[in-house]
Amino acid sequence: MTSGKVLLKGLWVLGRAVRDEPHVFAISVVGSVVFSLLTIATAFVSGRVVGEIALPAIDDRRVATGALLLGGVAVLAVSIGKIIGIFGRRLGAGAMQFRLQARYRQAVTRRYLRLPLEWHQRHATGTLLSNANADVESAWYPIAPFPMAVGTVVMLVAAIASLFATDWAMALVGVAIFPSLLGVNVAYSRRMAPRVARSQQLRAEVSAVAHESFDGALVVKTMGREAAETERFTAKTVELRDATIQVGRVRAVFDPVLDALPSVGTLAVLVVGGLRFRQGAVEVTDVVSVAFLFTVLAFPVRAIGWVLAELPRSVVGWERIRHVLDAEGDMAYGTTTPPEPHKPAALRFDDVHFAYTDAAGERGGDVLSGVTFDVPAGRTVALVGSTGSGKSTIAALAARLVDPHTGTVRVDGVDARELTQEALVGTVALVAQVPFVFDDTIRGNVTLDRRTAAGRPVDDEAAWSALRLAQADGFVQQLGEGLDTKVGERGTSLSGGQRQRLTIARALAGAPRLLVLDDATSAVDPRVEAAILAALRGDVTPLRTPSGPTAAEVDTDRQASILVVAYRRATIALADEVVYLERGRVAARGTHADLLATVPGYADLVTAYEKAEAEKEREHVFDDEETVTA
Amino acid sequence: MTTVATEAAPSQEAPKPSVLRRGLRLSPELFTGLAGTLGLAVLATAGRVAVPVAIQQGIDRGLRAPGGPDVGVLTLIVAVTAGVLFLTMFSAAMMNVRLFTVSETALAGIRTRTFRHIHDLSMLHQQSERRGALVSRVTGDVDQISQFLQFGGLIFLISLGQVIVTTAVMLVYSWQLTLVVILAFAPLVLVVRHFQKRLSVLYLDVRDSIGAMLGAIAESVVGASVVRAYGVQHRTAERLDTAIERSRRAQFRAQTNNVISMSFGEFAAGLALGGVIVVGTLLGVDGKLTIGQLTAFLFLATLFVQPVQVATEVLNEAQNAIAGWRRVLDIIETSPDVADPGTAGRALPEGAVDVRFDHVHFAYPGGPEVLTDVDLTVTARTRVAVVGETGSGKTTFAKLLTRLMDPTTGSVLLSGVPLTEVRFDSLRSRVVMVPQDGFLFDATVADNVRFARPDLSDVDLELAFTELGLLDWVGGLSDGLRTEVGERGEALSVGERQLVALARAYVADPDLLVLDEATSAVDPATEVRLQRTLDAVTRGRTTIAIAHRLSTAQSADEVIVVDKGHVVQRGPHADLVADTDSIYARLYASWLEQTR
Repeated sequence: MTSGKVLLKGLWVLGRAVRDEPHVFAISVVGSVVFSLLTIATAFVSGRVVGEIALPAIDDRRVATGALLLGGVAVLAVSIGKIIGIFGRRLGAGAMQFRLQARYRQAVTRRYLRLPLEWHQRHATGTLLSNANADVESAWYPIAPFPMAVGTVVMLVAAIASLFATDWAMALVGVAIFPSLLGVNVAYSRRMAPRVARSQQLRAEVSAVAHESFDGALVVKTMGREAAETERFTAKTVELRDATIQVGRVRAVFDPVLDALPSVGTLAVLVVGGLRFRQGAVEVTDVVSVAFLFTVLAFPVRAIGWVLAELPRSVVGWERIRHVLDAEGDMAYGTTTPPEPHKPAALRFDDVHFAYTDAAGERGGDVLSGVTFDVPAGRTVALVGSTGSGKSTIAALAARLVDPHTGTVRVDGVDARELTQEALVGTVALVAQVPFVFDDTIRGNVTLDRRTAAGRPVDDEAAWSALRLAQADGFVQQLGEGLDTKVGERGTSLSGGQRQRLTIARALAGAPRLLVLDDATSAVDPRVEAAILAALRGDVTPLRTPSGPTAAEVDTDRQASILVVAYRRATIALADEVVYLERGRVAARGTHADLLATVPGYADLVTAYEKAEAEKEREHVFDDEETVTA
Repeated sequence: MTTVATEAAPSQEAPKPSVLRRGLRLSPELFTGLAGTLGLAVLATAGRVAVPVAIQQGIDRGLRAPGGPDVGVLTLIVAVTAGVLFLTMFSAAMMNVRLFTVSETALAGIRTRTFRHIHDLSMLHQQSERRGALVSRVTGDVDQISQFLQFGGLIFLISLGQVIVTTAVMLVYSWQLTLVVILAFAPLVLVVRHFQKRLSVLYLDVRDSIGAMLGAIAESVVGASVVRAYGVQHRTAERLDTAIERSRRAQFRAQTNNVISMSFGEFAAGLALGGVIVVGTLLGVDGKLTIGQLTAFLFLATLFVQPVQVATEVLNEAQNAIAGWRRVLDIIETSPDVADPGTAGRALPEGAVDVRFDHVHFAYPGGPEVLTDVDLTVTARTRVAVVGETGSGKTTFAKLLTRLMDPTTGSVLLSGVPLTEVRFDSLRSRVVMVPQDGFLFDATVADNVRFARPDLSDVDLELAFTELGLLDWVGGLSDGLRTEVGERGEALSVGERQLVALARAYVADPDLLVLDEATSAVDPATEVRLQRTLDAVTRGRTTIAIAHRLSTAQSADEVIVVDKGHVVQRGPHADLVADTDSIYARLYASWLEQTR
């Protein structure tokens, strides 16, 4: 974008702000105009008081006390009027700026909540954070001086009018000075634009480095790389410093010029006024008033410069906001609800292909290619495969966090894309591999203020029952404030295992009809896992745990189909069927026993521990034999 | 505003000057060439005063010259003043450049020092802070100071210069009128002080509310998949709205107080101007002042008023910057509770490391004891597995061992040297921990493995993967070792991230390797393979594995069983299993149950 276009675009953004907040804007402009006009009035009132009261009084050595006091009071009265103007202008400008910030922060974050996960995956967390924060801020930065600038424009027009009313020759000085002030301002903002953009960019990069480095603090610390990381950060900081100094240099030169221009005007008025006075065209009072006018105008005129100087940054911020607000690809929900909402749901993958898209928007190789399998209603299916074989992707597809590129995922025979959001989240609950905990209370984290698919609110009773089932009730009771305990950002006050059990409880509390466990039970005792699965399958096998008979709470509402990513043979054994994945393809399906007997890859994977142990035993025997022989 | 408030001021206001002073002490760079800059500042304000003087001279000697208007003299006066103006512009530009350079250099220094200090703080401290808040210490908070120094500080400096020079010139013209101006502004000092206090509280609230808002936004971004999976967009939106709205209110409240405080400045200005006219005329009538002098004084009064008003505003906004400064200082001045003894410390003796826990107790601040009286020795070159249920204190054990935290009482010794005496460069190169969450940087697989050994050649790198039996896996990646892992390694699966983290520790070649459930998300076949490799390569070193799967324990030389913060059992796997009533036997039984 050329600087001219930036200027135009910037003015358009300002127009947008006015359209968004017309009332507050009106208040602030009225305040600003009142202030501006009274600022001019100060010059003329002071000029007239000096010319008409002070001058004759000093010349005559005799004072009309009443008139003089009246003059003093008039000056003070103008000041009080200006105060009212200041309130309108400053509070109006502040209200406008902060309201716009809040409005667009809400709009951007609303968009985040609606945009599909795929879009999220393509954008760095840091970028998304700064879109909602720094970019919104810079977009509306010029709003603070904007009403004052508008007021100043009004003031300039009034000032030039009053100049012409006084004397055309002195008015010409004004006509020459004010446009050149504007001209210098425009040149200023043009030179600033690219430099400011660069420093903005570097500021974001510095922030990104800091974010990543603090995120990985544990690794940095345990590997003793603090110095190297500081070096990496310093390199960026130095770049930022140099860029900001470049911005500063432009400011350093332009600021004094802008400061001096009105003074030049005052001096010119003095000369021109002198000539006109000799011609008898003006009085001393007129010269004083006009000279004073230039002095009081010097400062407000800068407001126009501030607005113009901030426009490039504002435009950059605005475009980044727009990028989010205009982002396409909403994950639209359908209008269908599943036919039988009270029974366990059936899941079916039909020739599903999926690939991740990188930040540049390029699609990588297939993570899943032609995956077909199903989880019949009420059954348990285990998903087994080596690290990186696509299990987590299948879990995400089952919960419709992402959509397949080709093929379909069906829930109860309905394409998942056609289900309403309520139906979808009421049906499927996913427990991710890495637990995510909200900065909220235990209750908030478990209930999420939801209703179950059957329409019942998830209340405390449901929360406790879910916590019990996930064997999280014990530690929650010990937390002192129970369900009301705040867990801190990302649940920092909890251990990894506690966080995991909390997220399992969250899934169970919603009484899902299909539970997807993505290797989520690693922190749970196998017996508890068995109990959870049994309860969901509707098996009434009583199980004693320290917190009481868990399975006794089984009610028919609880029954669900289960898709579980598993390594544990105990878990696999609970499954009715195993789907064995190899590099994004279903390599085999069947019962555990069948696969064990017929699929060598599968056997290698699930019997790895036994084999290792057997080998060790053999070594032992071998060692022993050696000892014997010796 | 009331007398009571003013009298109470000294005791309550204490933090403000001290923050400024501490802040300035933090950045000695700020004082580089300060005398020169101040000199330029005085020159820069001279031009402003020149204009009123020119007007006075112009009126008295030009316009109202005894023999009628003298345009020649007027032109001369104007020409001289123009020259002064030019000089002023030049010195102002010079001053600006110096100020920007010095302040940016100083702030870059603060940024890096704060960054380093955050890394030096203990795990404990890092965890107690919101990550976003830590980032803002080296970004937003420092920017806040920068804005203050460059806009506020600059204007404040010029304003101060202008006030001083103007006051001096005013005194030359008339001490009585000067007194009038000063009397008009005197009450302002009290008003400003009162509002400073309020604003300092209000701006602190602004920063807090912004921090909370950033936290909420971060949560909605980082937790996007959970929000979606549970369909809680509406709830999340409400939480966001509350946080956003709170920060808007806080900002507006601060703004309102700022404006009220400013309006007093305007009132004082009106009072000063009106007073000058009335008193000036009276003085003129007494023949003590010419009309030119009175006019000049009006200009001078304006020159005095403007900077005082501006300075008031700058001081108000300074509260915002000071809030930022305080937050930076809070970090910098927190001495790391786990400190590097530095040169006073010792290096670990050469060779394999043995470990001794000497009656170690540990509790998180304000929490119950996590480890109680752990007293044990691990012989050099052995492979030890630490097992126990979730929450038994296993991870705490690992953190104490690597000195991410220090024991509450008791001490940890490596090769007979107390950990607190070991220099960090020695400790971190000899003792390496692979945490459960194998954090990866947004770079290639190779870059991540090279993290601790930047000089490692491609050949050695490939060799490491070969030795670990991971070459197949690398071959399956889209771009081999050059595959980009994405932010936090999220382009890889959790298990794959652990593989890279393990390779990273492997090439670091430590004498004591601590694995904290480092393979919890890796499939059994790969885990067993890794285990075998690690066994082979760890022969010469001490390995302590916090084990999640008991396969690790089976192959270890010795198993340490932790239960509720106590070491309850230790010995070789076979011996421990033999004790059928023991906790380990129970853990093992359940392990068998799930693997068979």
